Amino acid sequence: MMVETLEQLLPGFLMPPINWALQLGQDTFGSAWPTVLLVLWTVIKVVLIIAPLLLVVAYVTFCERKVIGWMQVRIGPNRVGPWGLIQPIADGLKLLLKEVVVPSGADKTVFLLAPMFSFAPALLAWSVIPFNDVMVLANLNASLLFIMAVTSISVYGIILAGWSSNSKYAFLGGMRSAAQLISYEIAMGLALVVVLMISNSLNLGDIVAGQNKGRFADMGLKFLSWNWLPLLPMFVIYMVSIVAETNRAPFDMAEGESEIVGFHVEYSGMAFAVFQLAEYGAVILCSTLASLLFLGGWLSPVSFLPDSIFWLFAKVFLIICFFFWIRATFPRYRYDQIMRLGWKVFIPVCLIWLTVVGCWMMSPWTIWK
Amino acid sequence: MADIQNYTLNFGPQHPAAHGVLRMVLELDGEVVTRADPHIGMLHRATEKLAETRTWVQSVPYMDRLDYMSMMCNEHAYCMAIEKLLGIEVPIRAQYIRVMFDEITRILNHLLWIGAHGLDVGAMTMMLYAMREREDLVDCYEAVSGARWHAAYYRPGGVYRDLPDSMPKYKESKWKKGADLKKLNEARSGTLLDFLDDFVSRFPKLLDEYETLLTDNRIWKQRLVNVGVVSPERALQLGFTGPMLRGSGIAWDLRKKQPYEVYDRLDFDIPVGVTGDCYDRYLVRVEEMRQSNRIVKQCIDWLRVNPGPVITDNYKVASPPRARMKSNMEELIHHFKLCTEGMHVPEGQVYSAIEHPKGEFGIYAVSDGANKPYRLKIRSPGYVHLSALSEMTQGHMIADVVTMVGTIDIVFGEIDR
Repeated sequence: MMVETLEQLLPGFLMPPINWALQLGQDTFGSAWPTVLLVLWTVIKVVLIIAPLLLVVAYVTFCERKVIGWMQVRIGPNRVGPWGLIQPIADGLKLLLKEVVVPSGADKTVFLLAPMFSFAPALLAWSVIPFNDVMVLANLNASLLFIMAVTSISVYGIILAGWSSNSKYAFLGGMRSAAQLISYEIAMGLALVVVLMISNSLNLGDIVAGQNKGRFADMGLKFLSWNWLPLLPMFVIYMVSIVAETNRAPFDMAEGESEIVGFHVEYSGMAFAVFQLAEYGAVILCSTLASLLFLGGWLSPVSFLPDSIFWLFAKVFLIICFFFWIRATFPRYRYDQIMRLGWKVFIPVCLIWLTVVGCWMMSPWTIWK
Repeated sequence: MADIQNYTLNFGPQHPAAHGVLRMVLELDGEVVTRADPHIGMLHRATEKLAETRTWVQSVPYMDRLDYMSMMCNEHAYCMAIEKLLGIEVPIRAQYIRVMFDEITRILNHLLWIGAHGLDVGAMTMMLYAMREREDLVDCYEAVSGARWHAAYYRPGGVYRDLPDSMPKYKESKWKKGADLKKLNEARSGTLLDFLDDFVSRFPKLLDEYETLLTDNRIWKQRLVNVGVVSPERALQLGFTGPMLRGSGIAWDLRKKQPYEVYDRLDFDIPVGVTGDCYDRYLVRVEEMRQSNRIVKQCIDWLRVNPGPVITDNYKVASPPRARMKSNMEELIHHFKLCTEGMHVPEGQVYSAIEHPKGEFGIYAVSDGANKPYRLKIRSPGYVHLSALSEMTQGHMIADVVTMVGTIDIVFGEIDR
């Protein structure tokens, strides 16, 4: 299987050395070779996902500074390298060389574990994200459920960081984050329930494939048969919820830099950088999910253009820009106002739309068959 | 059962929303503030005491450093106090220049306030928009005084010199060049008044731009409406002045009630709030910027057609012109006396107050006839407003404390003095 995939992906002149390496492995490991090969191939795929992902995370921070800079009539980073392009590398290097200060009275183990708790789920979730109809690391049946389960762990990182820092400000940040989680995960989860109801599947690949058909898709206007249109209220709620989920402005009260400075106020150096990586990793992950679930993933918006992974990238980029845009526009919500929005607006709307969609599906006018 | 105690949080002085060096000890019940105890003194520079050991004129630059966001207004109150003691008249052109720069200062101050307030509440972009306009106005400061902040431009008896015929221009650099540079310098090619005229015509549109970002923004309203309500009666009892008092609905403005300089010749309105919450104070300040803009426009038109002296010709108060000093013995002696021991102010005491961007800024001076004040007392509006913070924050959340620090428009230079 692997050889066929490689033949599709790579230019022909690379094949002889690969074939030679495969032969060498066969000779060395004998009958154990298929197992070893499977492990090796998985590791390669993992690296192929994580390495570009980290690079993208770094450049999303750069992109954010530039885009917000333009919105705020300033230039943004432009000194390190041409057009400031080396800036994220310089930032990373700087943080890497800084000391990680553990405050006295902090619980050292938990203090150092917390950033990992926050970052690991953002990476782990990528294992089930499909990039097109064949490229996926693990094609789970319940991939959406897996992502929901894994990403909700990341809030532990924030709570633990707040708690273990032995700082009142960080503690408040952790508490706020916990409160925010329970009000938004529910609304977000209900929005996803509606999606999987109409898709009849928990598999992300199937969910995307399901958006490829419908009346508008037959007319060639595929973007009108994606989930965002029939599920418009859910799409809006999901978009707002992912902003809250990733702790970004205007829902950045766990950080709340002008109020409580944030749950990571005691962190420095690489430990702090990991929180930042986690935040941007989560932004990319949530944007990818939004484009898979509501915007047809890798599907092209119109039939005369081919489906491609580049559509996915373009959609993800647009959603990330949406994150930047609202960050530059809105003031921060207050803690109780976020809770009110979550519990009194989003959850009722979700429940109502859930019922509406349920009835719609059972009625003769259903568009999902 | 264990006794559950409230949480005490030390808010500042190292805090992004401390507006300098505000330290507050907050007693929290969850996130709800039960008591806020502001601590001051971290920027204390003994300005009042220092003034006693310096000649009258030497203290003018100290005034810049009180409320370092509205520099020329501080100078104004101080110079007016001395003028009252001396009983001298300021040339009319100097009065117009002072009023114009007071209003420029008011815009400068309110721009910084709107930016900082936005930043406190989380609207980061406001800060940078406000800074863009402040840049133009501090250029005007630079043009008249050479300094962009601490101008020391007002003098007892007038202003240091007449308005300049040219504006400072951007120089070519790696980042500013070609068409960009030309565009930046376009409005700066004329006199200061031309440049200000251009600014004044642009500014209302920019204010509209800020308002589209904030005024009807749902989150902004949620954060400000009914936060920190002060009733009109309470505002008077607490000694509020300026936008804080007007936000509570009392139309008290020294520019109208006790007109000084040429304010009685100018046409402007006093905005007042209704409920006395942070949102009303926001609206009041934004409207004040519009009114200041109108005043500046009127001053520009007057100054264009009315040349004249800008400082008193009483050489016991202000230095004579250099040319006369070089040719006349008496003028030289005046200059020598002013530069060595300074002017002597007749015995007496005086209180002079101006409508400062933050409220009533007063100078109470006692003179014993020497070349230094015997005692100088500064009435700073920020100090009074800060003392009401505890009352205002009662029962609100931490996030609201930050909003209220922003709405008071605290600058520690004047509170600690």
